[in-house]
Amino acid sequence: MIVSELIDLIKGKLINKNADLAREVKGGCGADLMSDVLASIQPEAVLLTGLCNPQVVRTAQMADVAAIILVRGKVPPQETIDLAESERIALISSPFGMFELCGRLYQAGLHSLEMPVSDPDCSCEK
Amino acid sequence: MSNSATNQGKNITDQQAENITRVEELSYELKVDQVMTKELITVTPETEMKEALEIFRKNRISGAPVVKNDELVGIVSIEDLIHCLQHNDLDSRVAKYMSTKLLTVRNTDPIIEALKLFVNSHFGRLPVVDENSKLLGIITKGNITRGLLAALQHDYQEEEVRRYRASHLFEDIESDRSSLILRYTIKQGDFTHGGAASSAIKRALLRLGASPQIARRAGIAVYEAEMNLIIHTTHGGIIRVEIEPHQISINVFDDGPGIADIDQALRPGYSTATETVRELGFGAGMGLVNIQRCVDSMRLESIVGKGTSLKLKILLHDQEVVGEGITTSKE
Repeated sequence: MIVSELIDLIKGKLINKNADLAREVKGGCGADLMSDVLASIQPEAVLLTGLCNPQVVRTAQMADVAAIILVRGKVPPQETIDLAESERIALISSPFGMFELCGRLYQAGLHSLEMPVSDPDCSCEK
Repeated sequence: MSNSATNQGKNITDQQAENITRVEELSYELKVDQVMTKELITVTPETEMKEALEIFRKNRISGAPVVKNDELVGIVSIEDLIHCLQHNDLDSRVAKYMSTKLLTVRNTDPIIEALKLFVNSHFGRLPVVDENSKLLGIITKGNITRGLLAALQHDYQEEEVRRYRASHLFEDIESDRSSLILRYTIKQGDFTHGGAASSAIKRALLRLGASPQIARRAGIAVYEAEMNLIIHTTHGGIIRVEIEPHQISINVFDDGPGIADIDQALRPGYSTATETVRELGFGAGMGLVNIQRCVDSMRLESIVGKGTSLKLKILLHDQEVVGEGITTSKE
């Protein structure tokens, strides 16, 4: 699935206009704890989160996230938008809640890109 | 490509908008004489229209300037030929059908000037003249398109060259042991810029030719450490990254307050972070654990009241070495 298809699927609104809409999304990860995201997410995932601060974008950048979805129609502060713009990571706001979004994406064929906690392997492909 | 697309408020995708921005910049940077056709095929007012037709056909052109005694007097195009054919008048002279209402551009004008004229007139080609109105060439929309594409290609190559240069850094410098050291000062409480240093480090590694996996591991480890400096220190601290062809050494140090019980600090879930920090998505006691998972070795030392030092190493194997440009595996 590419980012533009993802936006349609979740009735999303793209917040930063310069994002790469043709970028491939390979799976998903939902969390509000950025350390959990950094610990578990695999590259090229869409990140679903209820947080809106700039650290969400930084986390996404470090973890090679393909797109960020802000749940429940949240509108991020300007610093977050600026950062998403400079890093060209799609920042999307969707009216749906976390559970609904995970369900929709899973049904559309996007599977989890969260590494299980018990997995002794490093999340970042050591 | 044309400016009218944006001005008329048509629906354009964001990708297009991004490209237009660069193309628009280039429209101001590129000069008319960089893209115009210089090998001129001209006719004279006395040329017969049927000759003109033959010239157009042979040279696969759709218009030509009309020149008399080295002076530009008009322009004749396929459209004029069609008019002429409608009147079955191919024996007449170019002078009868050419347009004499001339729009010209200067060789030193940016191509945006030519684009504006193309948009506001129905002309397909414009004669290019110098300050003495001497004819130098001709410019069409096709010339502009090709010029812009060539310039965009050039831009792309420049980024490639930059990357290539960086990746050969270590090769070009002779020493028994070369390394590149990056230093960043992190301010306590600076949540807005939190991650800026990690971001710069990750980018530097990619430019030096590190694999995306290595850059990601280093990025995540440094990011957690950077957030620790912002959240937990008294005055912030320093991140020092030493890049060598075979390893990346990351030292993060601060001057307080120090960690009382290191074993406890390393336990997953243990945290001393405030509610504010937790609201940012950090401070769940996973930072050091995450760092450990991303690096090959980690050493944490701390003295309460004096400060903390965190030393990390990521080893690069043959296929991942940075800076030597031999086998920079990019997936």
